[in-house]
Amino acid sequence: MRIKNTWISGLAIPLTSIFLGLLLGAIIMLLSGFDPIANYVNMFSGALGTPNAIGEVLRSATPLMLTALGFAVANYAGFFNIGLAGQALVGWLASVAFANAFPHLPSILIIPGALIAAALAGAFWSGIAGYFRAYFGANEVITTIMLNYIALYATNAIIKAYMTVGDGDYSKMIPKAARLRTPFLEQLTQNSTFHYGIILSVVAVFFIAWLLKRTTLGFEIRAVGMNEDAALYAGMSPKRTIMASMLISGALCGLGGAMEGLGNFQNIIVNTALPSIGFDGMSVALLAAGSPIGILFAALLFGTLSIGGLNISIASTTPPEITSIVVASIIFFVGANYVIRYWFAKLHKPTKKQPGTPAKAEVTAQNPMENKEVRS
Amino acid sequence: MKISHKLGMIALVAVTATVLGACGSKKADDTKGKTDPKNSVALVTDGGGVDDKSFNQSGWEGLEKWGKKHDLVKGVGGYNYAQSNSDADFTPNINKLIQAKYAMIVGTGYKLHASVEKAAKANPKTRFLIIDEVIDGQKNVASVTFRDNEGAFLAGVAAAKTTKTNKVGFVGGMHSAVIDRFEAGFRQGVATVNPKISVDIQYVGDFSKPAIGQSLASAMFNNNVDVIYHAAGGSGAGVFSAAKNVIKNKKVWVIGVDQDQTAEGKYAGGNLTLTSTIKGVGTAIEKVADDAMDGKFPGGKTTVYGLKENGVQLIKGNMSDAAWTVVKDYKQQIIDGKITVAEKPADVNKYLKK
Repeated sequence: MRIKNTWISGLAIPLTSIFLGLLLGAIIMLLSGFDPIANYVNMFSGALGTPNAIGEVLRSATPLMLTALGFAVANYAGFFNIGLAGQALVGWLASVAFANAFPHLPSILIIPGALIAAALAGAFWSGIAGYFRAYFGANEVITTIMLNYIALYATNAIIKAYMTVGDGDYSKMIPKAARLRTPFLEQLTQNSTFHYGIILSVVAVFFIAWLLKRTTLGFEIRAVGMNEDAALYAGMSPKRTIMASMLISGALCGLGGAMEGLGNFQNIIVNTALPSIGFDGMSVALLAAGSPIGILFAALLFGTLSIGGLNISIASTTPPEITSIVVASIIFFVGANYVIRYWFAKLHKPTKKQPGTPAKAEVTAQNPMENKEVRS
Repeated sequence: MKISHKLGMIALVAVTATVLGACGSKKADDTKGKTDPKNSVALVTDGGGVDDKSFNQSGWEGLEKWGKKHDLVKGVGGYNYAQSNSDADFTPNINKLIQAKYAMIVGTGYKLHASVEKAAKANPKTRFLIIDEVIDGQKNVASVTFRDNEGAFLAGVAAAKTTKTNKVGFVGGMHSAVIDRFEAGFRQGVATVNPKISVDIQYVGDFSKPAIGQSLASAMFNNNVDVIYHAAGGSGAGVFSAAKNVIKNKKVWVIGVDQDQTAEGKYAGGNLTLTSTIKGVGTAIEKVADDAMDGKFPGGKTTVYGLKENGVQLIKGNMSDAAWTVVKDYKQQIIDGKITVAEKPADVNKYLKK
């Protein structure tokens, strides 16, 4: 039973979730009069069929991993950071501003410099909300949402005042030395926007996994998140821990923004809305139930669906709105995998009931990370 | 319990079988029309869909018209559009369209500048058209810009000739080079007719927040403004809602943008859309696609559409005949070069006749 359940929760449940999502999507497409099989073939060939497509999927997952990690770290400390997008935006601005301010530095200095600038800017932005929460008990949901707007309009004002070229609404391109996208990678992936930033994202995944599981700070973050009073009683400082988790969270989001600044766009434009990596990052983190390794895969799933989804309407006459509904239903089922877990547990219930060991409890015990860490 | 679960599973299997079975027999739709890969055209939106009641919609309607005129199929080898859900989708969309072998790719909006430029350099055999932005020195890119300020000037004239309170308003989407032209033209138009009319300028800060557009417009109407011109894309819907709320108490007007927005102004007692400035994004796309078909693709060139070229215009709408006569008069003066319309709000006073 035990082995079977591990196998179930490890592979069968996510796969079933995805399958059910695809099935619902297929029903929707069929009801709307479009061919689901052709569309799914287009979707997966559009995401994985060419080096260009794979490059785009990896590129689109790169910032999502960082913002999702940012959300997860704050969430472990019981802090619901909705300000991911704003923190990413200030990080994006800082990275581009740094790169354009020091155009003559060699790559070995300018890239780390721009990344540090982005991380500091993001940390500063989240730190404001962290400080108010830690020392004045201000609700972080409100403060981070409001800081998002301040970030959007303040960065727009700065870009318009100091960074635009002529009449335009965008800054000039960053110097070649600062670009994470290189001619070699473009050649390799048929001019996709794939860039070296993915190395940073993957390193960050393992670093955060290590930080949360193996360090004192990680332990404190989790302890404060579970029960602030108990943590205080145990001699930890909840205020310091909240600040630390929020600074790490903001720094990660800032780096996520730098991925857009140094890798994807290589400049910054006057944005009409907050960058989507913010809210998508939150979905990725929730989908992965806070597990850093899970975030790696969830971000790749998001990238596959969003890049593959574009191909559906390009290769057929299916409107993008239908594609969005299909993608949303897949994500919905993956997110609602608890239901599927519950069904599996019911199906595999031993024929003779053994009191005290219900199958459901057994399954959840295998995954203490999942579905428990998300709280507001 | 158990039976219900088994039933559930059976139902699931049945549904799966039905869906999979049905898939096989379904044929691709929209098979009307022919394919012409050498002249196929696709459009990439600058965010949002082709139903934004504004810029992207106008472009797509022009492309659709062109496709139907040449009896082309909607889809690969004919004409189609790719929707960008965020700015990060521009490059993947363009690359996917290139892989689908579209001969010409249209980028609607200044935001696509960098993506189009880069793709054009990497794919010299594909033709590109960028709207509202100029890409220089690239032989496979044609640029089209609009003198929106000229249309907005006429909107200003219409507003000045219609207002009873001597107070008019302008609701912009976001400060940008393009919206600057609308604001400058409108202010100059109003001031040319009557410098005593005050113009209340407000910006939503977003092209898709009708709620903010509505509150800004309500405040203006409360302040005795009776004509508002909006250049706010989707946020402009809020301006119309605000007007419909106050129309029961007093007469107010809204001037639409980019497309004929008469339909947006319908209310129980009539229509409150005074007129609309039309931006010929669709006409421009149609023209360039036709030129490309005839082997005259204007690559490397920038075409500017103003009143003279009929690229921007103001329709009569619900304007009074007296106002319409004055508008036509000013239109002729602009076409003849007697009036130069400012492109930036800061320059308005410079161009006003003393």
